[in-house]
This record gives sequence, C-alpha cells and structure tokens, in this order.
Amino acid sequence: MNLIISTISQGFIWAIMAIGLFITFRILDFPDMTVEGSFPLGAVTAVMLIQHGYSAEIALLVAFIFGNLAGFATAFMYTKLHIPSLLAGILTMTALYSVNLRILGKANMSLTKPNNIFDQYGLNKLPVNFNGIILGIIIIAIITFLLIIFLNTEKGQAVIATGDNEIMAASLGINTTVMKFIGIMVSNGIVALTGGLIAQQNGFADVNMGIGSIVIGLSAIIIGEVLYPDVPLSVRIITIVIGSIVYRLILMIVLQLGFNTNDLKLISAIILALCLALPTIREQFFRAFRNGVKSK
Amino acid sequence: MKPLLEINNAVKTIYNDNQDLNILDGINLKIYPKDFIVVLGTNGAGKSTLLDAITGANKLSSGDIKLNDEDITHKNLAKRSHYISRVYQDPKLGTSPRMTVAENLLLAKRRGLPRRLRLRKLNDNMEKFKELTKDLPTLDNRLNTFTENLSGGQRQTLSFLMAIIQRPELLLLDEHTAALDPQTSQELMELTNKVILEKELTCLMVTHNLTEAIKYGNRLIVLKKGKVILDLDKDQKAALKEQDLLEYF
Repeated sequence: MNLIISTISQGFIWAIMAIGLFITFRILDFPDMTVEGSFPLGAVTAVMLIQHGYSAEIALLVAFIFGNLAGFATAFMYTKLHIPSLLAGILTMTALYSVNLRILGKANMSLTKPNNIFDQYGLNKLPVNFNGIILGIIIIAIITFLLIIFLNTEKGQAVIATGDNEIMAASLGINTTVMKFIGIMVSNGIVALTGGLIAQQNGFADVNMGIGSIVIGLSAIIIGEVLYPDVPLSVRIITIVIGSIVYRLILMIVLQLGFNTNDLKLISAIILALCLALPTIREQFFRAFRNGVKSK
Repeated sequence: MKPLLEINNAVKTIYNDNQDLNILDGINLKIYPKDFIVVLGTNGAGKSTLLDAITGANKLSSGDIKLNDEDITHKNLAKRSHYISRVYQDPKLGTSPRMTVAENLLLAKRRGLPRRLRLRKLNDNMEKFKELTKDLPTLDNRLNTFTENLSGGQRQTLSFLMAIIQRPELLLLDEHTAALDPQTSQELMELTNKVILEKELTCLMVTHNLTEAIKYGNRLIVLKKGKVILDLDKDQKAALKEQDLLEYF
C-alpha cells in the first residue's frame, strides 16, 4: 500500500512538470528540449539555496525565475537568431549542464538542512508520502488556476493563437515573438520549480537528474489525452495529472514484475511510444473489427 | 479625392538562379476610398507579393507605401494590421483550429490592438456574434463549434467575417474563393460583394476567375511580371468580355 501511495505522490509532483511542458508542447506547438536542463537547474538552485540557509519558498521562487531565464535563452535563439526549435532547446540544455555544475560545485549534493518544504506547514505530521500528495494537489491547484485564468485573458488567447496558427495570429496584429517568449519562459519556470520540489522530496540534487524528464512529462500529457480525448483546455490540464499518476503506476507495476531498474529509461521510452501509437493501434483495431463484422 | 493607399515605385527583388529578379518591378498604384479593385495576373505576376508588401508581411526592396498620407513603408505587420485585414486562399490559414468560432471572432475583434492581461469578454460579445452569423446558414448556431470541425467553406466564411468584424480601412482578399467548390465559392463571393457594398469597404481582391473579375468591383488591374499593365475603371471594365482578358495571360 505504501508503495502505491508513494507512486501516487510522485505522480502528483511530476504532474506539475508535465503541466509546464504542456504549455510548450501542446499550446505553443514547440518541441522544447530545454526542460532536460531547466529541470535539474531548478533542483540544484533550490538545494544550494536551502543549504545556504534560505527558506524553501525562496528557493522555489528562485528556481522558477532561473527556469524562466533558461526559457528566455531558448526563446531568444529560436525567435531572434532563427535557430530551429529543437536545436535551440538542445543548445540551452547542453549549456545548462555546465551552469548546473557551476551552481552545485559538484555532480550531486544531499539536502541536509531541515527547512525542506515537505516538512513544513504540518506536512510532516501526515502519514508517510501523504505530504507529497497534499503539496502536489495544492501546487497543481494554484498553477492550474493561474494558468486557466491566464489562458482566458487577451494575452493568453494570443499565446494559444500563436501556437495554433502563427500566420493568422501575426495578421491579427499579435506579436508572436513575445507570445513565444512568454510561453517558453513560463513553461521552463514551472519545470524548474518541479525540479526544486523533486530535489526536496528526494533529499538531493544531481546534475544528471534531468535525463529522460521530457519523456516523463510527455507520457503524462499523452496518457491523459488517450484516456480523455476531446476535452476543453481547462479539463485537459486535469487529465495531465491523471496521466502522470497512471504513468507512475504503470512504471511501478513493470518494476514489480521484476524488470531491472537499470532498464527504467528504456521502459519509460517504450511506454511513451506505446501511448503515442495507441490512437493508431486503436483505429486499426476497430477498422479490422468493422471489416470482420462486414465480411460475416 | 485623396487616395486611401498610395504605392509609389514599389520594387521587390529576390535573388534567384544566380541573378536578381524583380517580383515587383516599379508598381505605382492609388487606391481610393470605396474602391473595389480586382487584381488579375498569371502565377508569378506578383499579386501575392503585392499583398504581402501592403500588409507588411514582406518588406519592399525600394519604393514607398502611404496609407492616408502616412508613410507606412517601415511599419511592421502588427502595426498595419489595425488598418489592413487579409483573407488568404487557404481556409486553414485564416483561423485558429483549436478555438471555437466565437473565440476566433473575438480574437479578430481586437485586430491590431494590444493584447492585455485582462479577461476576454466572450459572453459579452455572443449576441453580436449571433447577429453576425444569423443569415449565414453555414455558420448559424455554430458559434461554439471548434473550427477544426468546420468544412473548408465554413472556415473561409469565418475567415472573411474575422477580416471585417472590426472595420478595416483596406480589405485584402487573396484568391479567397479559389480553394472552395463552385457552389460554396459562389456563395462566399456573393456574401463578400454584399458586405463590401453595404459597409462601403475599400477592397483589393486577387482572383484567377475571369467571370468574377468582370462581374465584381469598380476597377480592374492586371499584373504581369511585377508591373501593372492594365488599369481599368468601372465603365471600361463594364465593356469587357472574358476573351478580352485572355490576351493578358
């Protein structure tokens, strides 16, 4: 039971990262590899600040701001230097590896100070792993609320329009460059914030902890879409949370079946590939089923 | 009468096959208020480049463009969009597929205006949108339909409504009926003509359809190799036959 609760707890926290990724991946239609760098950036920033005596809230705020700066770098290369989107993200991600090493001073660091956010606000009095669930729900609720409000503003609609049809958006006078900056920066800010949370949940930061994070985020988004297709934007954000928990549960089941933990990334990639292919597989299955019925 | 839009010696040069090629080659054009100008020309004559130059999507190599006597040559697309709206040939280019019809109309209602960090007023505008679409069988009662679920004709009608919902000083139609089936194309062209005449809009319409070119508008210009080779007024246009135009192609 504890394992399931721990898995759900991780699902909630990782869902925050997936919501950040959703902004670039689905709203802006921008494949952003920056997240593999901004995620550990948030983690190392938060751990370093907490180790230096700053509060967990300040640490998370600074992680969010640094994530925004990482997003700014990618957006700048993409919009101003006309570097292709994928490459711009990879360049920032690569550069951030050195930045993260600079911040941390070494490859990893444990969190030894007591001011961990998971131990505050009475969260430490909750049963084991429930602190992650409660904190995750609170942060998701805040981010979802703010995101839905933002997307319903004139500026938010302009960001959606930019991702949806840039030519139309530009012809309506929308500054599509600014909208891309906003989307990519906020997305990476949320991803870095999640990095700061995961580091506190795990009790350490590692410069390599971003590897594969984009797969985890995408899996949550895709599983949510497969389970709940054709839902309004506000509901879609909730489906990401469900997708994130389902993804974690699938991983847990696979590992419980006896697979080697070294194969975790391979298993993650296969799960994502299956989820991405599911609509095609489902369509072909139904087509074959219909043809079978007709031939009878 | 003062021209609404004045294009002076517009040249657009591109580098192609190791040589400079003038897509627009010294175009001079005056568009007066309430003009409904039909633009004809073969592929590569410079029609779309001319529209791009007017909207600011593409900058001129030389020459200038004035709108209401103000030089807008160096103003970008976003700034010009407040005055100039455009409907593209491809129905997919003019709308946001993951937004509803009403959301698209609301987006277009603030064409060229700053997008602020304040809540959009969708519900406040629904009555206006219902009024706008009530006589259009293709869009009536579809305000909450996602645009990606509309047909090409419905999307193009929506694109047209988006272009005129906030009255443009100049409306540009870039073969906006060309991608539609004959009946839908005819319906949209009739709607276009009705709206332009009723609202007394100034319009520049590019078409390949000779029948449309003769039937609609009060002026006709023909472009060839980046130059205006024919500019006819309403009376001269009325005397034209389709065969007369064929010699320019």
